[in-house]
Amino acid sequence: MTAYDVEPGDQIHAGHPVTVDRYTKSARINHWITATCLVLLALSGLSLFHPSLFFLTGLFGGGQPTRIIHPWIGVLLFFSFSGLFIRFWRANLWRREDGTWLAQLRDVLAANDDKLPEVGKYNAGQKTVFWGMSFLIVVLIASGLVIWDQYFAAYTTIDQKRLAVLIHALAAVVIICVWIVHVYAAIWVRGTVSAMTRGRVTGGWAWRHHRKWLRELVGGRQTRS
Amino acid sequence: MFPPLPNPPVQPMPAKFGEQDLVRRSASNVAPPARQLTQMAKLIDTSKCIGCKACQAACLEWNDLREEVGFNHGVLDNPLDLTPSSLTVMRFSEWINPETQNLEWLIRKDGCMHCADPGCLKACPAPGAIVQYSNGIVDFDHDKCIGCGYCIKGCPFNIPRISKVDNKAYKCTLCSDRVAVGQGPACAKACPTQAIVFGTKEEMKQHAEDRIKDLKSRGFVNAGLYDPPGVGGTHVMYVLHHADKPEIYANLPKDPRISPIVEVWKGVTKYAGMVAIGAFAAVGFLHHLISGPNRVSDEDEQNAERLTGGGS
Ligand code: HEM
Ligand code: SF4
Repeated sequence: MTAYDVEPGDQIHAGHPVTVDRYTKSARINHWITATCLVLLALSGLSLFHPSLFFLTGLFGGGQPTRIIHPWIGVLLFFSFSGLFIRFWRANLWRREDGTWLAQLRDVLAANDDKLPEVGKYNAGQKTVFWGMSFLIVVLIASGLVIWDQYFAAYTTIDQKRLAVLIHALAAVVIICVWIVHVYAAIWVRGTVSAMTRGRVTGGWAWRHHRKWLRELVGGRQTRS
Repeated sequence: MFPPLPNPPVQPMPAKFGEQDLVRRSASNVAPPARQLTQMAKLIDTSKCIGCKACQAACLEWNDLREEVGFNHGVLDNPLDLTPSSLTVMRFSEWINPETQNLEWLIRKDGCMHCADPGCLKACPAPGAIVQYSNGIVDFDHDKCIGCGYCIKGCPFNIPRISKVDNKAYKCTLCSDRVAVGQGPACAKACPTQAIVFGTKEEMKQHAEDRIKDLKSRGFVNAGLYDPPGVGGTHVMYVLHHADKPEIYANLPKDPRISPIVEVWKGVTKYAGMVAIGAFAAVGFLHHLISGPNRVSDEDEQNAERLTGGGS
């Protein structure tokens, strides 16, 4: 079986500690463009979502500029995320151990990593975030285009726009919650952020959290000294 | 006949109402105003309208707007729809009365209804871009409008239009500037048949009642007043010869109300959404506080070194 979990560029480097390459430079750039877009979209969107947050339009130069720029950032996000999707979807396919891992969420939250099944490059939580984001971004772009009145007002009825704006607002709330989970997990599980900043993690991190991935890398002898 | 409003004095006078009379302000809370202005209303009597479009011309004139030169579409409606400049349009419908087989020519002056419960204002995300005065006038403040088009989704009558030039929403103001100095709307002033009259809402209802009595005596048994309760009543009302069938007047909605989708979007979604986002952030914070960070141990590193064939 080819190790579906190992992505191009994943590689072990001997040393104290062992380090493991997890993300290529282009994957990281792709990720941070997407992340910036998502944060800007959340801020500009929330400013229109609730009156108490309207002041956030100040970040974008006022109400009109916020209204103009938000959908364009959305388009950029869509393409940028598509890049991430193409890179990461295979490693995010659901595996048998993922159900077990999820069922033991209690141990996950208690940091009892030794009691959890060994998982590949992504655990069930990360996979849920991945598929959740993928689905929600499709919903957001679709509903977003329907309410993008400046260019697309003529293509839908007012009733369709009403439904679209409700769906857009709901999907936005959910994706922001998913984003909070995503960022929190990266902070809570120490040693994770370096994967997206410098592109590598320590061997101990991989052993503790993604042992199957590490084993596959060893098995594939993707080791360099 | 309803006595027309007197001409204004020529010397300038202060506005009779303003900021201090707001009962609603979009995306904001307002303190209840100290005084209640008399509720005003415009009454449009479809049975008296001759379709001359003096009101349309007067509206453009007073508001200093120019409509684009259009096309002859073979119908009298011109322009075919409301636009950012044409804040009112005459809508002409040919209707064959099934009872009499008579062709009836129904003419309705379309425009903002100045709802007591305005959907546009409810939907608007920009603080103060839509306001409602205690006399019933719903007005747009273009300096604050961000052009998002939410008012269009909120309005049950499909009234506001966004300008392609400045990306702001436009609709009938009920000539709030004229009313502020004791005048009636320009359209009412221009109407040659008094199909449009303006006064207090009570006076207008009274006048409508006389008109309806007259229409009934002429055989329009379903004549009635259009003051739809679904939006709390309106400050632009119609006398209809067939009040049981408002749809025949170019799709005037029978029982307009703010769409339930808009109510959900602007109601529970806002609160539940803010609570959900806050709760996720709080749970993360608490979890970290209670369980501390999930750190990689030295043992983990040693295990990794062993698995990968040791350090250097
Ligand atoms: C993916 C492409 C997207 C498009 C084309 C899009 C488009 C729009 C449009 C047209 C609006 C109406 C206001 C305006 O015209 O600016 C809007 C509102 C909004 N958007 Fe987006 N958007 C997208 C993605 C997102 C994302 C990823 C988020 C959240 C992170 C988001 C959150 C919001 C929110 C909260 C609102 C306000 C909804 C309300 O007022 O209830 N949008 N979006
Ligand atoms: S008719 Fe439409 S634009 Fe006019 S007050 Fe009612 S909701 Fe607002």
